[in-house]
Amino acid sequence: MKSSRFDATVLTLGFAFLYIPIIILVVYSFNASRLVTVWGGFSLHWYQTMWSNEGLMDAAWVTARVGVISATIGTVLGTLAALTLVRFSRFPGRMLFSGMIYAPLVMPEVITGLSMLLLFVAVGVDRGFWTVIIAHTTFTMCYVAIVVQSRLLTFDRSLEEAALDLGCPPVKTFFTITLPLIFPAVVAGWMLAFTLSLDDLVISSFTTGPGATTLPIKIYSQVRLGVTPEINAICTILIGLVTIGVIIASISTKRAELRRQQDEHLAVGRGAT
Amino acid sequence: MAAVSEARSDENASPFRWLVVVLPYVWLLLFFVAPFLIILKISLSDTAISQPPYTPLFQGFGALSDFLAQLDFENYLFLTDDPLYIQSYLSSLRIAFISTVLLLLIGYPIALAMARAPLAIRPTLVMLVILPFWTSFLIRVYAWIGILKPDGLLTLLLHSIGLLGPEDQVQIFRTDYAVFVGIVYSYLPFMVLPLYSALEKMDNSLIEAANDLGCPPLKAFWRITFPLSLPGVIAGSMICFIPITGEFVIPDLLGGADTLMIGKTLWTEFFGNRDWPLASSVAVILLIMLVVPIMIFQNQQKKVA
Repeated sequence: MKSSRFDATVLTLGFAFLYIPIIILVVYSFNASRLVTVWGGFSLHWYQTMWSNEGLMDAAWVTARVGVISATIGTVLGTLAALTLVRFSRFPGRMLFSGMIYAPLVMPEVITGLSMLLLFVAVGVDRGFWTVIIAHTTFTMCYVAIVVQSRLLTFDRSLEEAALDLGCPPVKTFFTITLPLIFPAVVAGWMLAFTLSLDDLVISSFTTGPGATTLPIKIYSQVRLGVTPEINAICTILIGLVTIGVIIASISTKRAELRRQQDEHLAVGRGAT
Repeated sequence: MAAVSEARSDENASPFRWLVVVLPYVWLLLFFVAPFLIILKISLSDTAISQPPYTPLFQGFGALSDFLAQLDFENYLFLTDDPLYIQSYLSSLRIAFISTVLLLLIGYPIALAMARAPLAIRPTLVMLVILPFWTSFLIRVYAWIGILKPDGLLTLLLHSIGLLGPEDQVQIFRTDYAVFVGIVYSYLPFMVLPLYSALEKMDNSLIEAANDLGCPPLKAFWRITFPLSLPGVIAGSMICFIPITGEFVIPDLLGGADTLMIGKTLWTEFFGNRDWPLASSVAVILLIMLVVPIMIFQNQQKKVA
């Protein structure tokens, strides 16, 4: 089995490449020394200075609010867009619509950011918190649409049809049948939207205004001045939060899947007897 | 919908039904399409030292003839005059192309190894590829500064294993090489996942048949595996190539002063020189350059959907 040894080597090297920089960053956030290359012993000093850095904390708070609001609006719009893509095969401008969903996924951020900014200036809106939210909602809804769309494509429509045949109104059918069934994808879409919003530097920089400095903007301006262990500390906290979130999400989807399988077995078993 | 809506024409009466289409449609028209029309308009207007720093072009529908008379291609002519812009475009395309090839060379073996791994551990492997993507892009690029700096960890490592003399330092940081490292690192999951999903679907018995008939493994790979994974290769290459061309963060943080990329030039033109019309024309040309790859990407996505 020469090829399996080759595969194992490739995977080990690949994952080492992906993870070592992040691990180094986390380890050095606990470094007592200010120098990146000198290990001065374990210390939580940088977490303390980070905590008392008001500018950084304000930015974190703005980022969290922008993330929650834009991910929520983006998830609603993205889910509707996914329904449109899968369930409505013919309406005027369908080509344009699917183009508008796929294009932002690959569009260079400098173009999206600049064009958004010019729109806000043209209509005379003051840039700030809400303009960042509109910009984030616009690009995150497309990611949500793709995630939910893939779930809708494998969706068994017979349940929906049964409800409709039995006289359930379409809106009620959506909320009692369709939505619960696609809910894991909707949640995954929300999480993706939230992390994309947390992460965004370029589009935020173009669309932000006074009082709406987000964490990536803050981190970027400090990184330009040089590497500081304080930034390592805040990055470590962000990585920790995201890792916990992803683990919880994967465990809960696995549990839901297991429960669904058990229910199915139960139902089939009852049907047989 | 055509077939289904015939069966349930009563559903069409629901006003909510159309809300499903109209809400996202209007949002995207307002905040994605309209901004592009504005960017196009401003790229054709004159620079003015005011706030906003361009002369307003469009003042109501009555002034349409004035509007047309005012349009000029001054900014575009300026772009062709100054070699900086042409060099930035060419350099962006070059860096994006080399990075995409590197990503394919590194990503393909990883995706292939994942697809050949035992079924039980595949979801874990996919998860391990996705996980770094969930951590901030900026943080991941920043992590490389500490490694690649002349007095950084790479120099330290090479000193300790004796590959580098004690006086020498690794001179990668603030060069194009560092940009390639940053790009390959940041975009690797985007390349691996489409490749993996194409390779995973492949029927293994084809390779077995080829082996049984005496085809050498390498030849079997080029004749069977690679052609069948081509949709993944195209999707992965487009997902990487298009955004890399307009990349700003990586060349700005890891690249040197001589690393020309159009995203960086646009950013400087906008935030540094405050020349909005020129920045807009830079963006319009970048968009025109990317129309063909974007079309390829969309076709690929529609086929998958």
